Amino acid sequence: MALRGNLRDFTVTQLLNLINLARKTGTLVVDGPSEQAHVSFRDGKLAYARIGKEDNGLAAILHKANKLSVNQYRTIGERAGIMTDKELGLLLINAGYVSQEDILLNLQVYFMDIIRRLFTWVEGTFRFENELLPPDDRINVKLNLENLIIEGSRQLREWETLQDEIPSLDLALKFTDRPMTNLNLSVEEWRVVKYIDPKNTMKQIASAAKLNDMEIRRIIYGLIQAGLVEMVRPTTAPLQLNPKMFPTQDKQEQRNLINKLIGRIQKI
Amino acid sequence: MQTVKMVVTGPFSAGKTQFIQAVSEIEVVATERKISTKTERSVKDSTTVAMDFGRITVDDDLVLYLFGTPGQKRFDFMWEILSEGMLGFIVLVDSTRPETFREARTILETFRAYAPTPYVVAANKQDLGDAWELEDMRNALRLDKKSKILPCIATDKKQVKSVLLELLYSILAVMESGK
Repeated sequence: MALRGNLRDFTVTQLLNLINLARKTGTLVVDGPSEQAHVSFRDGKLAYARIGKEDNGLAAILHKANKLSVNQYRTIGERAGIMTDKELGLLLINAGYVSQEDILLNLQVYFMDIIRRLFTWVEGTFRFENELLPPDDRINVKLNLENLIIEGSRQLREWETLQDEIPSLDLALKFTDRPMTNLNLSVEEWRVVKYIDPKNTMKQIASAAKLNDMEIRRIIYGLIQAGLVEMVRPTTAPLQLNPKMFPTQDKQEQRNLINKLIGRIQKI
Repeated sequence: MQTVKMVVTGPFSAGKTQFIQAVSEIEVVATERKISTKTERSVKDSTTVAMDFGRITVDDDLVLYLFGTPGQKRFDFMWEILSEGMLGFIVLVDSTRPETFREARTILETFRAYAPTPYVVAANKQDLGDAWELEDMRNALRLDKKSKILPCIATDKKQVKSVLLELLYSILAVMESGK
């Protein structure tokens, strides 16, 4: 039977565990909220990964890791033609730009980063394709999954805690009355603090600061725990009376209804 | 016949059924089923797995329904359904069980996100020796100064009435401010 299902029922961590224990060979295809990921395994070890439409060629990965300069990356793009990653790798090693260890290490880091991003996907579907093997024209690695699984479990627990503490991003934030001096915040935290205003929901702040669900929750959780901010209803959405609350839309009748309820409850 | 509703929510075993029972003119309709987890069994013998509801008839034309949300987290999908069209909600918290305060906070924030309607927090079991003080609970629940946190003994009709009235006064205040 095909291994397929929904991320609501099976987390990515659980899937990795399954693949590791069963020493599976094939590719896990995950359809997330806005993109698709392919993660290939050989005998239960991570071999290759790609996500969405990202350029995941060797040159791009080495450039992101600052092993190749912008010019080198551009030159390779213009002149390498239809060279495979393996051919390109050999070329770069022979030319002395990178070593074999560099290439493997950076590929591993890149693939692990993709897995870490998948850990934050809580909505979507997955299927394991036994026939879909790691691509031949790409350099494959052999990465044990145990540490990734432990990291994934840790992240899942963190995600659950963050969701408990901040169940909805539709609320806003305001600074508490505590005086703020000598704050040591990271660049990302400052970016969030910049937007704190009861008019801005956490969702809007996340969008402006280009942070995903987990990242914004993590930052805000830290600020709340430190007593710097608190959650409030956005001032653009004050307490209001939903038209569906009342059987009548007439404001006077609504007031009369509430007064009737008050009178009745006082008599209980 | 016009109907309006209020929702009584809160963590498992906070006293929601007793709260509604104290003022409802009908026996609270609650589906009892054996507890399935060891933790839940250690807290009480039986629990509701469907909605509680009670009724207060105002007159021939108007009835107030009180809906109690299921206490266990696995029934939280009901919250959004129940919150639609409510006048307001009461978050009932067991003052003697601080291990439930975090859950109460989650429930409160979830309901606030579903519906921006007035609410009050009722600190239940205030008659017990190990009940937390209201201001300590306010801080633990991270309630702002404007939110009402009220003492409550869910089996005491007078106290339950007080909580319902405070919610109605809050609703009236919102109406007056929106004039």
